[in-house]
Amino acid sequence: MIKIWSMKAKEAAAEKKKPKTSAAQIRVQKDLAELEIPSTIEMTFPDPADILNFEVRISPDDAVLMPTHTGFYKGGQFHFTFNINNNYPHEPPKVRCTQKIYHPNIDLEGNICLNILREDWKPVLSLHSVLVGLQYLFLEPNADDPLNKAAAEDLRSNRRAFEQNVRLSMRGGLHKGISYDNVIA
Amino acid sequence: MTVPEAKRQRRENMLDVQDENNISLQSNLHHEFNNNADRVLEDSDMIDDSEELEAPGENGEILPLDSDQIKTALNACKILVIGAGGLGCEILKNLALTGFKDIHVIDMDTIDLSNLNRQFLFRSTDVGKSKALVASEFVMNRVPGIKITPFFGKIQDKDEDYYSQFQIVICGLDSIEARRWINAMLVNMVDDESPESLKPMIDGGTEGFKGQARVILPTITSCYECSLDMFNKPNSFPICTIANTPRLPEHCIEWASVLEWPRVFPDQKYDTDNPEHISWLYEKASKRAQQFNITGVTYFLTQGVVKNIIPAIASTNAVIAAACCNEAFKIATSVAPFLNNYMMYTGNDGIYTYTFEHQKKPDCPVCGTIAIKIDVNPEMLLEDFLDVLKEKPDTQLKKPSLRTATKSLYMQAPPALEKASRPNLLLKMGDLVGDGDEITVTDVALPVSMQLKVTMLKAQ
Repeated sequence: MIKIWSMKAKEAAAEKKKPKTSAAQIRVQKDLAELEIPSTIEMTFPDPADILNFEVRISPDDAVLMPTHTGFYKGGQFHFTFNINNNYPHEPPKVRCTQKIYHPNIDLEGNICLNILREDWKPVLSLHSVLVGLQYLFLEPNADDPLNKAAAEDLRSNRRAFEQNVRLSMRGGLHKGISYDNVIA
Repeated sequence: MTVPEAKRQRRENMLDVQDENNISLQSNLHHEFNNNADRVLEDSDMIDDSEELEAPGENGEILPLDSDQIKTALNACKILVIGAGGLGCEILKNLALTGFKDIHVIDMDTIDLSNLNRQFLFRSTDVGKSKALVASEFVMNRVPGIKITPFFGKIQDKDEDYYSQFQIVICGLDSIEARRWINAMLVNMVDDESPESLKPMIDGGTEGFKGQARVILPTITSCYECSLDMFNKPNSFPICTIANTPRLPEHCIEWASVLEWPRVFPDQKYDTDNPEHISWLYEKASKRAQQFNITGVTYFLTQGVVKNIIPAIASTNAVIAAACCNEAFKIATSVAPFLNNYMMYTGNDGIYTYTFEHQKKPDCPVCGTIAIKIDVNPEMLLEDFLDVLKEKPDTQLKKPSLRTATKSLYMQAPPALEKASRPNLLLKMGDLVGDGDEITVTDVALPVSMQLKVTMLKAQ
């Protein structure tokens, strides 16, 4: 009889130990389930059970997004990892570019200079804001907030040359001794 | 009076204070609180109050503090102190000297040399020992007849059973993450059918000359999560400034920790408690500072920036801890109305305090979430279960997405998750969830989410 009681106690303990959904998880679920993103942004989930870690692929096609605009990065596919911790949305998601690319606001290690990923993050922002912001970097690279200084300098001084460098780098070419990843879709 | 009786009485007293004396709180209760709160109030209306403590407020009378009623109330109150650091030492001292007899304290930290200037329960021989253990022993030696039970560990190590043994929880924490966790735990513990499951949480916090004290009645008043939008994210300089145009010593330190460390050690995160790691960051930051003619990078500043250390001022801790313990005493004994519900204090320019009622956030993911118990037929397909949810007249969901704590049952978006979870639609509920599981439902029609607590029906 005592054995049965201890079994029951164990059962009750197991019941209590059931993992709880954290506030961060609830918020991410809501962000994801209500996400409306253009076809130029694609997300993949290596483990569909885990919604806090995923990959994002951006194919900045200006024809879809800004018809009047000719973008530098058209035709490329850019890969990012998103890692969200349990302090979301107090803290922003951690986003990195997994390819070596030539971009004024992304360095060769994959760090990204996007204000809402750091100093301007607010809990009212969402994954949607980050995805849109990230895509915008490819439509309007910003020479004023450089992370890759050389690329920013090129963009500022000679847009033509910058464009050629982007094209070359996207094909996996070598520029100023740096070998870039091929990102052509 | 036996302990359970005293407990009950204390609880009733507490509710009486709300009921009779705290008019703004009461009007809130009637207007916007959930059914639980309304029901609790009705209960307390019916209580025969002939044995109650005298109601405070009307003529400002306070019972003699050594009266039997107050002693009984304090004896019956088991209180949990979270954190035994700057605020915690003050809180433990205050509670002990106020007459609380049964105190528990949790802290995961050990004593550091730099704590000794203000964490006055510790001596230099205690460096390296558990804060919770040393603080408990010190206060027990000093104050006769008091029992303090320490726990050297994380709040996350403890479960609902543990937290449900207390009547009041008082927090002197230094991290938002820990506060969010305990807040969510206490909100989730509230069971509509047992009023004693509601544990008032008193939260103190300090940062330099500033501080705040607040009283949270889980599910009734605004909770910690409701106020998350008010806080700025600390540190954070634009990454391009760090990379290209450093002007401050902090920029150089952030450069070393955010950009250089991951570049040199891509697979290793630095440990802020490892002196070798801090030294490495300090050297890199110093070199960079030299390059840019910046002065002021020191080992201590490096440690301060990477550990996000905020200067702690002993007197701010004393003010805030005193305010918190004042509230604990009033809640436990009902001698006076308690704080409703947020007091901020700044000592930067003279002294300034402002008290206001922080409003509940309707779309708060912790207390704004609707909890519903639901019977589930194990033979029902997930697809049909979704239809049941959509047809529920009180929620009227449009495109519900469902997850348990560990897996996606069905997600409406993004496409990759929808595709991955779609096969589940044709699975039986009994194969997807178990008895007692919680399902988180999000939907455009819900301010945040709905928590479904599953009771699995017996298979026919």
